[in-house]
Amino acid sequence: MTRALQFLFFVLVRIVVLFVLGLNVRRRELLPEDGPAILVANHNSHLDTLVMMSLLPLSKLSSLRPVAAADYFLKTRAMAWFSLNILRIIPIDRSRATRREDPLAACHEALNKREILILFPEGSRGAPEEMTALKKGIAHLAEKNPQVPVIPVFTHGLGKSLPKGSFLLVPFFCDIFVGAPIAWPGSRDAFMTTLGVRFAELSTEKDFAPWE
Amino acid sequence: MTLLPIHIAIAGIWGILVIASLIVFALTRLQPATDHSELVQRTTSWWAMIAVFTAAFLLSRTFSIVIFALVSFLAFKEYLSMIPTRRADRRVLFFAYLAIPVQYYWVSSEWYGMFAVFIPVYMFLFLPFVMLLSQQTEGFLKAVGTLNWGLMLCVFSISHAAFLLVLPVDGPGSVGGTAASGAGLLLFLVFLTQFNDVAQYTWGKLFGRHKIVPQVSPKKTWEGFLGGMLTTTVLAVLVAPLVTPFDALHAGIAGAMIAGAGFIGDVTVSAVKRDLGVKDTGALIPGHGGIMDRIDSLTFTAPLFFHFTRYLYT
Repeated sequence: MTRALQFLFFVLVRIVVLFVLGLNVRRRELLPEDGPAILVANHNSHLDTLVMMSLLPLSKLSSLRPVAAADYFLKTRAMAWFSLNILRIIPIDRSRATRREDPLAACHEALNKREILILFPEGSRGAPEEMTALKKGIAHLAEKNPQVPVIPVFTHGLGKSLPKGSFLLVPFFCDIFVGAPIAWPGSRDAFMTTLGVRFAELSTEKDFAPWE
Repeated sequence: MTLLPIHIAIAGIWGILVIASLIVFALTRLQPATDHSELVQRTTSWWAMIAVFTAAFLLSRTFSIVIFALVSFLAFKEYLSMIPTRRADRRVLFFAYLAIPVQYYWVSSEWYGMFAVFIPVYMFLFLPFVMLLSQQTEGFLKAVGTLNWGLMLCVFSISHAAFLLVLPVDGPGSVGGTAASGAGLLLFLVFLTQFNDVAQYTWGKLFGRHKIVPQVSPKKTWEGFLGGMLTTTVLAVLVAPLVTPFDALHAGIAGAMIAGAGFIGDVTVSAVKRDLGVKDTGALIPGHGGIMDRIDSLTFTAPLFFHFTRYLYT
């Protein structure tokens, strides 16, 4: 039942994402055909997760797992039900005080089940269309799963369409730049540097229309 | 379903498409070393575009109007994604988008008076009003100016093509009542505008030497422009009896006007792109670029052809 609801929800999402917004995807062929894989993207808008999930065919829906903050997405019972059953997020406990075991345990498990993780290493959406420092959780995840490809995806335009704090969706075409997979370079620092460089390259590939 | 002249005209367009596709196919076979991928993509896209328009023409008038509203929406979205915009104007842009269904509602309700003033008067006055509510004066004139210009080009201009469908036309040779003649006029306009683009391109490729506006669009030549205009005018005279109430003189004038205005529309959008530093307006139509790259000529030919027809035949 929830699977059917999820399918229906993402058909509607695709109509909004592909028609109301419209995606211009560069190098779609670099997206993984099968898991395990980790997609990492910059974070500007609630649309990000939905757009990332629309990049892969509907048949892959059941293996897509967005990684999201438990304190935000499980706040109310209704939101928790929606997040866990429709979006099928892997909730992450962001508060250091309460956690005892490996906070990424659920992510490792998902990768073992050949699922595709979607991660936003900036953590928060922040100011629209501005990238902030990348959090290191992704490096820990990559270190434990060195054979899993990490694919950087840079999106532009979603923060214009639906920035943090707004409920009014304004249509803009969204540019998506898929980068080459990052192989595990041997250390967490090297990984974070590579990831930062990749995002810097992807984000300067096109001159975007100013938005002030 | 009875066979109307407009059906013959549509069949003719498919005939041209088939011949063009065969030529492209032959080219890829005869010159395997040359890269024809853009030409192949372009031709494939033509199949899709002509299929959509044929369906729109044959299914219903309302469906055709909806298709034009969608074209306006996609073009306007492309335009707004391409130009600099202000964060404070999100709500203003939202209202500008809302003008699209409203404008096409006037078309479907055949309310000419409102259709003709809604965007150039009411939206023109309303958008700056909403914009000043945010009290951000920096960049105000540029923001309101570019927004109104885009709305005029992508929505107001294009909606004239759709209004041809409901235009009560009379005169000698009008076919099968007003609905059929409206569709015929729209077909005449869209077909000749797009044909002229291809004709100017082809003449330019074959014989182009003298550039017209090298600073704006370096590939446009006098040979291409005049060759295209001649072909389009001749074709207009030939097909006019089939789908329009025009006599030969008016058909010739309409053809020449479509060729001239189409050229100006094309280079105008080129100038905008050059100003913004982009090559294509988008990537919606493989081989062509964005939707604005395909309808740039139509933004100029549609209102001019509409008023030409309205003045002479209503």
